[in-house]
Amino acid sequence: MTDVAVRGASVSVKKTRLLQELDLDVRSGTWLSVIGPNGAGKSTLLRAIAGTIRASGDIRIGGESMSGCSTRERARKVAFVPQSPIIPPAMRVLDYVLLGRTAHLHPLASEQQHDRDLVSGILDDLDLGDLAARAVSTLSGGERQRSIIARALAQQADVLLLDEPTTALDLGHQQEVFHLLRTLNRDRGQTIISTMHDLTLAGQYADTLLLLAHGEVVAVGSAAEVLTEANIEAHYGARVHVTTHGDSVVVAPHPPDHHPADHNHGANHDS
Amino acid sequence: MNLHPASTRVSWLVGGVLVVLAASVLSLIIGPTDIPRSAVLVESAHRLTPFSFDSGLSETQRAIVWNLRLPRVALGILVGAALATSGATYQGVFRNPLADPYLLGVAAGGGLGATIAFINEWGDGRGLFDGVQIAAFVGALASVALTWTMGVLGDNSRSSTSLILAGVAVASFFTAAQTFLQQRNTQDIRIIYTWFLGGLSSNGWDEPLQLMPVAIVCVLVLAAAGRTLDVLSVGDEEATMLGLSVGRSRIVLVVVASLLTASAVAVSGLISFVGLIVPHTVRLAFGSSFRVIVPLSIFVGAAFLVLCDLAARTLLTPAELPIGVVTAFFGAPFFIVILRTATR
Repeated sequence: MTDVAVRGASVSVKKTRLLQELDLDVRSGTWLSVIGPNGAGKSTLLRAIAGTIRASGDIRIGGESMSGCSTRERARKVAFVPQSPIIPPAMRVLDYVLLGRTAHLHPLASEQQHDRDLVSGILDDLDLGDLAARAVSTLSGGERQRSIIARALAQQADVLLLDEPTTALDLGHQQEVFHLLRTLNRDRGQTIISTMHDLTLAGQYADTLLLLAHGEVVAVGSAAEVLTEANIEAHYGARVHVTTHGDSVVVAPHPPDHHPADHNHGANHDS
Repeated sequence: MNLHPASTRVSWLVGGVLVVLAASVLSLIIGPTDIPRSAVLVESAHRLTPFSFDSGLSETQRAIVWNLRLPRVALGILVGAALATSGATYQGVFRNPLADPYLLGVAAGGGLGATIAFINEWGDGRGLFDGVQIAAFVGALASVALTWTMGVLGDNSRSSTSLILAGVAVASFFTAAQTFLQQRNTQDIRIIYTWFLGGLSSNGWDEPLQLMPVAIVCVLVLAAAGRTLDVLSVGDEEATMLGLSVGRSRIVLVVVASLLTASAVAVSGLISFVGLIVPHTVRLAFGSSFRVIVPLSIFVGAAFLVLCDLAARTLLTPAELPIGVVTAFFGAPFFIVILRTATR
């Protein structure tokens, strides 16, 4: 079953095309990672699916077109973890995660018992139970990111979108977040679409990679199919070694002495 | 982990009611006319409860309690609650801790309306639906409507920044018109100036009864919207992702808060600082969730204004200070506290 189907999606802002006639299919229960250089349109694609930016074309979640969906209906289908979320000062973890129930409540209503029970379960699952009364702003980077993911999970949406979920986290916290996402994906069948800069991590965790450049899809497939030296040099302008260790594809940059100062970044550069 | 702090909420509610009650009792028993304090309370209980008590007061003393002191306390409670709740709402809607109920031009619009009414002798600002009150109410709402229209002209997302800027422009324009009219009609300046500084003197129960229905409905709606204000605190885009219709929520909250402010301004003039300092005090004492700030601001605002009115009436007896002077006297030092807190 396909959870997300995008057909001919284009996004323009002030006459600049950010996405061009993009097609995309994400099967239910899989993890798609969108990669690409800065300005490729990764975040724009997530925003278009989340509905916070206007896109032409057809975007369907669970077979239902999003064009006629209300904000509330859409938030029940798609939850979004932004790259730099705004954390209200002094807001407790519990209250922050409860915000995820917004799409299930009347604007003037408060959370009911089952909302609190659900959030309590999510906090326990994500090892946040003991931190529920702490202010989110006082947590470590990893704990904070888990709180933001917990808020998204409280939406009980079919699809989880994450925009650079490990930006500004150290290696240990990156692993912690990715393990959590893999558990959600494998054990609960949560469909995930994430954008990522770390190509090796993207290849290790996601089922499918989608490489964007200048708002267009230039490659889709497994890590081995997408993470090729030619693709990376052509679209990132970076010279790398791509090696395979077991099931993992490892992308490592050339050392500086192999990267001449007069190197001409480009698809047709002959090294 | 305690996910159900219902007992905390109940204790805050009871505490809030007790604070308002204490402020009201103080304001009732202290006044320029010497009336036995216990008798004032007995007479008040006789009037406000289904039970019958004999206070032993003379007819004149009973009239003072029923027609002067009680309505004045009631008006203080209503106006204080209205301004504080509106202020808390504005601060949440615009994600701006320095927002107050006059942010979108209510004060300037109300002031212009009142100025026009005083100059044309449509009333004196007291009584039931007096001409000055109606003009101030219409002016206040007209200024918010103009601010909103200007704010969304070039910005369909109705972002808070564009609305705040439009509010500044509209307030400046209305204030200029007001000043022009006052300069052309200097004989009315004193009465207009007195109105601008605010006051809670009423014509018996006319003003409290006029304000009560609007105040109760609007305050209850805003108190219930605390959760929506918490959602707005994560920014427009995230709030949308969480399923909140940001534009619609913002317009509903601004309309209700403005209606409440305009109704309060119509009967009490321009009382400054209440809508700014009360939500701040609550935030500093009880945390930053609007689910707490808005409901508690109702009680703290009510008690604060009743006490300020007590000070206004008694500090220079037999003269009476404009209540706006008293609230500003406390408000200015509070700004310093805010600045110190913000820079820590």
